[in-house]
Amino acid sequence: MDIRPRSWLGALLLVLVAVSPAAATEIQRVRSPGGIEAWLVEDKSVPVIGFRFAFRGGGALDPPGKSGLANMVSALLDEGAGDLDSQGFQEALDEIAASIGFDARVERFHGSLRTLSEHRARAFALLRKALAAPRFDAEPVERIRRQIVAGIESGKDDPRRIAGRTWSRLAFGDHPYARPLAGTRRDVTAIAVEDMRRFVRERLVRDGLIVGVAGDISARELADRLDDVFGALPASAGPADIPDPPPVQGGLHIVRKPIGQSVVVFGQVGPRRDDPDYYAAYLMNHLLGGGRTSRLNEEIREKRGLVYSVGTYLRSFDRAGTIVGQLATANARVGTALDLLRGEWTRMARDGVGEDELAAAKRYINGSFPLRLDSTRSIARMLVGIQLNELGIDYIDRRSALIDAVTAADVRRVARRLLSPEKLAIVVVGDPEGLETTR
Amino acid sequence: MPRVALGAVALWVAAVSGAAVEAGVFNPTTFTLDNGLQVVTVENARAPIVVHTLWYKVGAADEPPGKSGVAHFLEHLMFKGTPTVPSGRFSKIVAANGGSDNAFTSQDYTAYVQRVASDKLELVMRMEADRMTNLRLTDEKAAPERGVVQEERRQRTANSPSAQLYERRRAVTYLRHPYRIPVIGWKREIDGLTAEDALAFYRRHYAPNNAILIVAGDATADEVRRLAEKYYGAIPRRPVPRRVRPQEPDQLAAKRITMKSPLVRVPSVSITWRAPSFAAGETRHAYPLLLLSDILGGGSTARLHRRLAIEEKAASGAGAGYLGTALDMGEFSVSASALAGGDIVRIEALLKEEIGQILQHGVTEAELARSKRAMLAGAIYARDGLRAAPRAIGRALTTGRTIADVEAWPERIRDVTAAAVLDAARAVFVERRSVTAVLLPGSSG
Repeated sequence: MDIRPRSWLGALLLVLVAVSPAAATEIQRVRSPGGIEAWLVEDKSVPVIGFRFAFRGGGALDPPGKSGLANMVSALLDEGAGDLDSQGFQEALDEIAASIGFDARVERFHGSLRTLSEHRARAFALLRKALAAPRFDAEPVERIRRQIVAGIESGKDDPRRIAGRTWSRLAFGDHPYARPLAGTRRDVTAIAVEDMRRFVRERLVRDGLIVGVAGDISARELADRLDDVFGALPASAGPADIPDPPPVQGGLHIVRKPIGQSVVVFGQVGPRRDDPDYYAAYLMNHLLGGGRTSRLNEEIREKRGLVYSVGTYLRSFDRAGTIVGQLATANARVGTALDLLRGEWTRMARDGVGEDELAAAKRYINGSFPLRLDSTRSIARMLVGIQLNELGIDYIDRRSALIDAVTAADVRRVARRLLSPEKLAIVVVGDPEGLETTR
Repeated sequence: MPRVALGAVALWVAAVSGAAVEAGVFNPTTFTLDNGLQVVTVENARAPIVVHTLWYKVGAADEPPGKSGVAHFLEHLMFKGTPTVPSGRFSKIVAANGGSDNAFTSQDYTAYVQRVASDKLELVMRMEADRMTNLRLTDEKAAPERGVVQEERRQRTANSPSAQLYERRRAVTYLRHPYRIPVIGWKREIDGLTAEDALAFYRRHYAPNNAILIVAGDATADEVRRLAEKYYGAIPRRPVPRRVRPQEPDQLAAKRITMKSPLVRVPSVSITWRAPSFAAGETRHAYPLLLLSDILGGGSTARLHRRLAIEEKAASGAGAGYLGTALDMGEFSVSASALAGGDIVRIEALLKEEIGQILQHGVTEAELARSKRAMLAGAIYARDGLRAAPRAIGRALTTGRTIADVEAWPERIRDVTAAAVLDAARAVFVERRSVTAVLLPGSSG
């Protein structure tokens, strides 16, 4: 078994950047005759195309009483479209060994296609159907509804999912960010086909569409394919206003469960993606709890063996930023682990980081960035991510410099501004000894 | 959380996804050093990156009695220091050089992996070779790591009824063979593991002639040979025990276990049969079984999903898995989970009906063609990135197969006939050799 939760890495062309910063990364900006833009990394070494895209708007826009709508649509777009019923659509994909997938997140609706390049014409035609002419036939609608309800039910007693849901509620209250993406059983039962059709009309639109492509396809061909796939979609979206959430309040909330290991989720206000100090915060998080060699890992895992894994990450929303993390430990040791967590939080806020550890963190972050991209799919995913965060087409070339520019003083400043153990919202699911709920 | 996990529940996931992943024709080069270390290079200059992996032909099934978990415990302790790379420094050095590392243990192998820019290959090779022979352990270093492993065990099983049932199902399946023991070990036995236990296991099994080095990416075979000779070549060959595990008697009676847990809301059921693997038993059935697992359980057009979830509206999902990458014997399973408030008895009956259908009528040419297409495409998708090649080759070479077997994968898939699938099904789906495991909501009593 893995001793550490990390993914394998692989290879590609973009990697030139890290190893030899002078080399340019070849991201092409492709514009279709109909005005749809995509970013492309062309690579003919394997006859495969990775194609990913994102629309603005996700589960946070689900209407009142219809939570889970975006998620349900994401499960149904490939369950019958145009002249193909559900099985017909899936069989058509099987015939060319291609896959199409959709994923509703809080503020975005993502989609992906992977195909062998020899079958790309048929694959793109299927994707066009799924987006422009989903059928929502009764059989798949009811089947998917049953599956989602089964998933919601089985999550009700799953400690990790309870911890995640409870933390979101504790942090965001009634704000849409607190809503479970899969929805509630009652709401999912109430979603009608007309709700889903409205979602498709209002959300799957060309305005705000982001596309990233990698692999065996030329820019010229891609330009035409973009119009084939997305050209039939409406130009602009329905209203999409999400208010700012209230700031996350500190406190400890215990969900008592007779289980052998307590699951702990913790977090507080963090930087938004557009925070001028974002990269300083990124390095701070890496050293505090983000990396394998982080302080939390050192104190809680390596020195004392209290956990198998402990980690933190920056989770950014359009209208909020958070720094969140989790750990799991025996009920008797939760108090000790939380003391250590607060201690490291305090130490980082008070003292910041040393020059040496900052330099090592920069070397890891800059060196490992290109190694994350192991396939055309992951390159395409990164191209979408860079566009979503509006980082610019030269971001890959600039990223190392942005990281390198952060000083220990920057980290200290941002740590002082952001981190405060009293502001940590902590949820424990389990039977922790010697702890009581404070809110 | 861990993805390449090979213990506990993830076994089935690995078996199913392994089917598609191991499809590559990777064109590797191989040679063996004088000390017996086999070296494999998969050249891929698409980017200046290398994946350096070292596989030991030893896993949990090679542990001495009463020391369950020691193979995995040692894997953790391999990061605890040598005279030149002190405790905790290994991963920090890799990270400070812009790379990342990992390790994993299964029943049949233990592997260590680093991903780095290609100009750091020498660095990681030096450190990996160093800890093949220079590991220094004390009880002071081992004690906190034993706590880490206990928490890992809790994380994987304590709050997961399906993982607990999986462990029990394995224990019930095998009477004698060590596959009955979880890779991570039983809790009480982990409690008793010492630094000396780990060192004894290390001295017995970690030797160049019991290992395989696989380097994939931007490094030539010549360069890999030069570095391997320099670092690994200096380590002397040592006698290692033959891998002879206790033999498993034939299963004469069908078995059934049922577990209730208050953490379960939606019931589920699996039926597992012992099966040949790619390396053991009637191996001619292995490729047909791989295709059969896809025909039954590969996605939403496969038989089980179609029948149980779409036609009968009885299950939320249904699947099948073939674990063929095991040294001594494999497993074939079908499984399904109910809907909220669903009827698990009916689901089990439907699974059995579908097995009966296969036994009676076999599979259609169209189904077989569909599954072959998926797997042959998988062989192309597997070349998209560096991760599939070391995994497929390492797993093969530690579980009784050869590089030629890995390379012949597409051709062996192509050669499978519907008649061969029927033969394989008849050999495996024998009721007395089945183990049914049912997970229900309720008080554990």
